[in-house]
Amino acid sequence: MNKKIESKNLNLYYGEKHALKDVRLDIKEHAITAFIGPSGCGKSTFLKTLNRMNDYVKNVTITGEVTLDGEDIYDTRVDTTLLRKKVGMVFQQPNPFPMSIYDNVAYGPRIHGIKNKKQLDKIVEKSLKAAALYDEVADRLHTSALGLSGGQQQRLCIARCLAVEPEVILLDEPTSALDPISTLKIEELLMELKKQYTIAIVTHNMQQASRIADYTAFFLVGEMVEYGQTKDIFAMPQDQRTEDYITGRFG
Amino acid sequence: MVRKQFDAELEKLNSDLVKMGHLVELAIENMLDAFKHQDKALAKEIMSHDRLINDMERTIESRSFNLILRQQPIAADLRNVTTALKIVTDLERIGDQAADIAEIILTFEGEHVYRTVEHIPMMAKKTKMMVHEAIDAFIKKDLSVATMVVKMDDEIDGLFQEVKQEVIEIIQENSERIDYCLDFLMIAKYLERVGDHAVNICEWLEFNQTGTVNDHRLI
Repeated sequence: MNKKIESKNLNLYYGEKHALKDVRLDIKEHAITAFIGPSGCGKSTFLKTLNRMNDYVKNVTITGEVTLDGEDIYDTRVDTTLLRKKVGMVFQQPNPFPMSIYDNVAYGPRIHGIKNKKQLDKIVEKSLKAAALYDEVADRLHTSALGLSGGQQQRLCIARCLAVEPEVILLDEPTSALDPISTLKIEELLMELKKQYTIAIVTHNMQQASRIADYTAFFLVGEMVEYGQTKDIFAMPQDQRTEDYITGRFG
Repeated sequence: MVRKQFDAELEKLNSDLVKMGHLVELAIENMLDAFKHQDKALAKEIMSHDRLINDMERTIESRSFNLILRQQPIAADLRNVTTALKIVTDLERIGDQAADIAEIILTFEGEHVYRTVEHIPMMAKKTKMMVHEAIDAFIKKDLSVATMVVKMDDEIDGLFQEVKQEVIEIIQENSERIDYCLDFLMIAKYLERVGDHAVNICEWLEFNQTGTVNDHRLI
């Protein structure tokens, strides 16, 4: 399986705090990679380095390398808007814009210059279908997105992300605010989406990682302790710290 | 340390397995004595004692299923629970085989029948040792002892062939002893199966420690 993203010797400091320590990790193409670890371990910070969302945080220093298809994403010539088009992100809380379902999905393509109505209609329909939401909202595309349930809102956010045709989708605990059925829908959706996209997900839910991820990385106090195929990490972890965390011995 | 409840339940599961292991060992020991001395009272005791072993199998299965249901164990925890579920079947079968032999002992008439086929007591002693060592290896999680037990099984298989040969010779010399001879053969086969179950226990110990059995990665 090809490496879509590679990080080498990645260090990140929030001021004095050393939040990521020499992280070396590959994200494989057309696979789901899960990042697990206790709160504050650096997994979300690492996720955000993959599309430079940390650029918005004050006092951040990043050293080392992150490449997307072999290109350094921290190169000064990189257009971060284009980078985030390629590497989209979905957050913990569904955050639809206070506008219609249609406009939420069309928002990204419009920003990237698509004005043609027919073309936008096509993108909206395709994205909503890919996010397994179209059938539920086809008759109310022009009503407010805020009227959708939490699970639907999260799938809308995924549709919004897909509308700009990304290559990689980053998800930061995308189901932690959802009920079990909505969670399962998102999980099934991600399993389907990995055929076309590369997916990295931060999750606190160990069962979720073991259900959907092909690869899992365990983080602890800024260090990437162990990475491997999910079945190996959950069956026979090599590092005692991984075993202690996944079996609930940390406290 | 979080998960006190989970650890307490796993500990209870393990102590139940150890207890069942001791009951099975006792059944084999008693079977050997009952066979040597043609002690029918002891043979009856083995048969009633087998019910306790069967009950323990159900208790351990139920405990394991509930742990899976409520705790969703992973990594070493998962291997411990699934190992318990596999080993308990072998322990129960060893108990059954001791009871089957006891049932045959109850039909013995006449003196010193056990001396007739001299390799049977040797087989019985060896299988008793195998069961003891297998249970001990499991308790101590000692793979080197488990490897030794697996090797001992070849000796059991060899002894079974010896018994077969002896039985054939007895039948050829005196066909009036044919009913005993068939019983001896049955006993030898049961003992040989006990050895196989002891080997299974050792193989599940290997799985417990490595996730692998005989080069097959199971998890």
